[in-house]
Amino acid sequence: MLFTKLKRVIRSGFLNFWRNAFLSTTSILVMVITLSFIGSIIFLSAILAASLDGVSRQVDLSVTFIPEAPSSEVLALKEDLEARPDVSSVKYTSREEALEGFRDRHASDRIILQTIDELGRNPLGANLTIQAYDPESYQDIAAFLEPEHALGADENIIYRINFRDNELAIERLTSLIGAVERFGLALTVALAFVSVLITFNTVRLIIYTARDEIAVMRLVGASTRYIRGPFVISGILYGLIAALITLALFYPMTFWLGEVTEHFFIGINVFTYYLENFVQIFLITVLSGIFIGGISSYMAVKRYLKI
Amino acid sequence: MIYFEEVSKMYPDESLALDGVTFSVEPNEFISVVGHSGAGKTTLLKMIVAEEHPTSGSVLVSSEEVHKLRGEAINRLRRRVGVVFQDFRLLPHKTVYENVAFAMEVAGRTEKEICSDVPHALDLVGITRKTWSFPCELSGGEQQRVAIARAIVNQPEIVIADEPTGNLDPENTYEIVQILKRINSLDTTVIIATHNTGIVEALKNRVVVLDSGKVVRDTSNPSLLV
Ligand SMILES: Nc1ncnc2c1ncn2[C@@H]1O[C@H](COP(=O)(O)OP(=O)(O)OP(=O)(O)O)[C@@H](O)[C@H]1O
Ligand SMILES: [Mg+2]
Repeated sequence: MLFTKLKRVIRSGFLNFWRNAFLSTTSILVMVITLSFIGSIIFLSAILAASLDGVSRQVDLSVTFIPEAPSSEVLALKEDLEARPDVSSVKYTSREEALEGFRDRHASDRIILQTIDELGRNPLGANLTIQAYDPESYQDIAAFLEPEHALGADENIIYRINFRDNELAIERLTSLIGAVERFGLALTVALAFVSVLITFNTVRLIIYTARDEIAVMRLVGASTRYIRGPFVISGILYGLIAALITLALFYPMTFWLGEVTEHFFIGINVFTYYLENFVQIFLITVLSGIFIGGISSYMAVKRYLKI
Repeated sequence: MIYFEEVSKMYPDESLALDGVTFSVEPNEFISVVGHSGAGKTTLLKMIVAEEHPTSGSVLVSSEEVHKLRGEAINRLRRRVGVVFQDFRLLPHKTVYENVAFAMEVAGRTEKEICSDVPHALDLVGITRKTWSFPCELSGGEQQRVAIARAIVNQPEIVIADEPTGNLDPENTYEIVQILKRINSLDTTVIIATHNTGIVEALKNRVVVLDSGKVVRDTSNPSLLV
């Protein structure tokens, strides 16, 4: 009995769907837009997270030592730095490596190379490149390197701290990304909300056209659930189909945007991201579609059930 | 079987459709409600299946007070009463077969019962030829027959028909009346509303005359009506 009813509700849901092909198409299109917004939120937040991550990785503190600085002291300072909880990594470049790098960079410039050779000694100092977990802690780290804090150093072995030069730019970038992230999220949530409302109203329109039918069902004694079931089933079908279309559309869209995002934002290719996180994105999109379609129909039928 | 007790109905726009209506219908009776257009016939019939609620008074169907029923109890009542609506109210997206089958599905009947009973009902009203048509492909008289088939397919205790011969030619009218008589002879209470005094005289059954919402005559001898 229960099974027969369930079977009838599902069959009737499919039939509704098929016989209202035009309206079904309309609501599927609207839902595709809604789901694309939801998908965009996923991609946008991935891009923002990656950019923030990339920016903080690109920002570092480069400490150049005077050529006379003993490497033991430099290495000791490295260890001190590594012990700090806000430091993620410290890369040591010895004087020789620094010179090597310098030569490589100027391999085509004969005059510079000649000058170096004529000098007969290595004019470059060793170097520490410090990365922090959070861009905001560079200030603290820089302060730590000021001579009065640098442990056991009578004379200042540090030639230059390179961070001070672009400190302002980093500060601005960090706050900008924070703002973009907040604003972008607020905007997409608002847009998603609006498109859910539009979906809801489209489905309501469909059900409005069926209000006489609902009245008849009511008057031949159909129960609330029995009337509502097929509409909810068609709503779920709309959602499911819209989700599959959206997922299919994401494929060429992210492929096309992949190159752009890879070069503009720091190192995230949305296409690769899409492929790598497909299962997750699939589930989110399909479940959102089913949920929005089902709930919209459920709510929309409600007001015509009062007879 | 059905009791109306001092039933009055005032629509929101202040029109008084029923005014202290009291009468009763016995099991297996065939009763006609007649009156001018706007006399309140449709309103009266709607009370029986709780499509409209009385402003005062009460309606009882097999000793249940209709307007005190809630939820599933109303659905059960509606499945025991087959209604032929004045405007047919067939489901436009369902075929003739599905329209009739729908009433059985709603009542929770099995596929086997549906497969055997629907063709039987369609045959009884003589519309077998149009089984797979949609309502919009039928003439008014044919839709009327489908509406009757849907009303009787669950073998209800009561069949209510509002203007079942509304816009039919005399021949069709006669056939429909014969169908209703046959249903009545199968132990079903039948109530029809009509302004066609011709059928009423031909039926030779009890007649309740409504005028401006009041019962002005209740007689078993319709020939005295004129
Ligand atoms: N939903 C409604 N809202 C307001 N007034 C209504 C409504 N339905 C019916 N009426 C009024 O109630 C009165 C009785 O209407 P009803 O439909 O019962 O008449 P009827 O006898 O069935 O007429 P007909 O023979 O034309 O079908 C009429 O005056 C009508 O205008
Ligand atoms: Mg009427």
